[in-house]
Amino acid sequence: MFRYYLKLSMLSIRANPALSALMVAAIAIGIGACMSIVTVRHVMSDNPLAHKNDVLYHVRLDNWNPDDPYDEPNEPPEQVTYLDSTALHQAGRAYRQTISFKSERVVQPEDEDAKPFIEEIRATTADFFTMFDVPFEYGSAWDAAADQTEERVVVLSSEINQRLFGSEDSVGRTVAMNKELYRVVGVLAEWMPVPKVYDLNNNPYEKPENIYTPFSIAVAGEWGSSGNNSCWKPTGGGYEAYLASECIWIQMWVELKSASEKGAYLQFLDDYVDEQKKLGRFPRELNNRLDTPAEWLVYQEVVDDMVGVLLSLSVLFLVVCLLNTIGLLLAKVMRRTNDISLRRALGASKSALFAQYITEAGIIGIAGGLAGIGMTWLGLRGIENAFSGYDFISYLVSMDWTMVLAAVALAIVSALAAALYPTWRACSVSPASTLRIQ
Amino acid sequence: MLNMKKVSKTYRTDTVETHALREFSLTVDEGEFVSVTGPSGSGKTTFLNIAGMLEELTSGSYELDGRDISKLNDKERSAVRNQKIGFIFQSFNLIPELDIFDNVDVPLRYRGFNAAERKRRIEKCLEMVGLTSRMKHHPAQLSGGQQQRVAIARALAGEPRFLLADEPTGNLDTHMAESVLDLLTEINESGTTIIMVTHELTLADRAKRNIFVRDGQVSDGPPEVHFAAAASA
Repeated sequence: MFRYYLKLSMLSIRANPALSALMVAAIAIGIGACMSIVTVRHVMSDNPLAHKNDVLYHVRLDNWNPDDPYDEPNEPPEQVTYLDSTALHQAGRAYRQTISFKSERVVQPEDEDAKPFIEEIRATTADFFTMFDVPFEYGSAWDAAADQTEERVVVLSSEINQRLFGSEDSVGRTVAMNKELYRVVGVLAEWMPVPKVYDLNNNPYEKPENIYTPFSIAVAGEWGSSGNNSCWKPTGGGYEAYLASECIWIQMWVELKSASEKGAYLQFLDDYVDEQKKLGRFPRELNNRLDTPAEWLVYQEVVDDMVGVLLSLSVLFLVVCLLNTIGLLLAKVMRRTNDISLRRALGASKSALFAQYITEAGIIGIAGGLAGIGMTWLGLRGIENAFSGYDFISYLVSMDWTMVLAAVALAIVSALAAALYPTWRACSVSPASTLRIQ
Repeated sequence: MLNMKKVSKTYRTDTVETHALREFSLTVDEGEFVSVTGPSGSGKTTFLNIAGMLEELTSGSYELDGRDISKLNDKERSAVRNQKIGFIFQSFNLIPELDIFDNVDVPLRYRGFNAAERKRRIEKCLEMVGLTSRMKHHPAQLSGGQQQRVAIARALAGEPRFLLADEPTGNLDTHMAESVLDLLTEINESGTTIIMVTHELTLADRAKRNIFVRDGQVSDGPPEVHFAAAASA
């Protein structure tokens, strides 16, 4: 019977092209508005490390002001000090661990005619690449020994490798930064974690850095942080004083393979802080934290509240469009009461008629969904144009197959929901009352 | 075969109560051709609707082939309508967007026949009403008489034991009406029971038995007598 219902639905749609087109348009506009915002929210709230959510942890230690918590009600700082990050990293008590910060260097291309340019650098440690599943096109990350020996090595992104070496395999070649030469050990494949979970401090949607160097060489070269720096008490002058200060500017992540390892590492952090307390540091109560990537994204409020408001409004708009669709469907179905009554007289049960009209609504839903994908694409382009001044916007307005399927599914569900009342009304018509007045 | 006992049908609104049938009793045996006549508003169509299970009765009992109709749910009633009853309406009630073949196909679809069986039945019925050559035409391309013959083919396609006809010649000229009545007579002679509501005495006379309905009640006998009595009252 389903094929019969499909045939009847197509005949009905062809018999009322204007009304059918209006219904498809109402659904498509509603879906387009809703899915545009849903897509942005989906990308914003994505967790690119979801598959490692049970093994990766962001480290926080509460070295803050005893009279004023870093964040209410009693949140420890979002980053760690140089003293603590290096001590914990050197202790090596986690399965893997990485410390890093963002800096800037002046890059001088090999071509002497090319102008030097400032580039963002991530100073980090060898485990960074494995822990965050960073893909390599050529070569590999430096090893732990390079971290210890302050080796002048770099890993390049595919973008800057293209700029400096025309996308060739540049492993073994050198890059000049601030007049010092660094040997290329690896080139990344395309990599765009959105949001940038490993460092959410500035803009969670900015692209990853283009150049990666060992943390140790950055410190030896007295590179400053171009990310967030927060201090709760005055520091002395100079880089050494900065390293010895209570200022927080380094992101630390650890990889722990099980819940028991996590428990042991938390105990290790508590023991470490207790030791530091004896040296006059950490004036607050023990308050160390290990946050999973998902917990860290939530804590950092990566999804702006305004997106939630927009999402509510767009859902409301979809509901209005559906109410319009209900009205249009009702008009269409009630115009066909004679057909319905006749079919009842000829042996169609209420459930058979219900199936017939729901099938028609489903087809309209599919058409509305497909048109809705187009409207969503237009909506996203509109958002992209409205925020064209922001580099990161292109990452937030890209549709993926999940969103395409979700748009079609939402359209079908919406159309079916909209069809329930009109179809029920139609099936409740007394066949005798309609046939009698012919 | 059809057995109604003291059937009443009352339509109620907030302020008015209308008794369309009052203790209406009638038995129709298999193979009969019964005409139902009566003045406008007498309850003829209400009787036909209840007989065809298009309306619920208010009180009384109705048995079709020994089954108490009031105890059937919607699906069972639909199945009985589909398998045992064929409807012929005054205004034909063909579906304009379907061609003739597909119009006759409608009750067969709900019967669940396979495509070959449906095709065989449709072709047989269209041949019987002389419209095989118009199979792919749409209703708007046919005359009124042809449309009613399509409606008769549709009613017969399921090989029902009952044909319920409500003023089947009401929208036709005399010549076409005669042709349709000839067809109904032929169908009845082949064993199908027919109940036909009409207000035309000449048509009622073609039936083997006439019943007259007045004020929602029934009386057997030649319709002329009742019409004459009604006129002199």
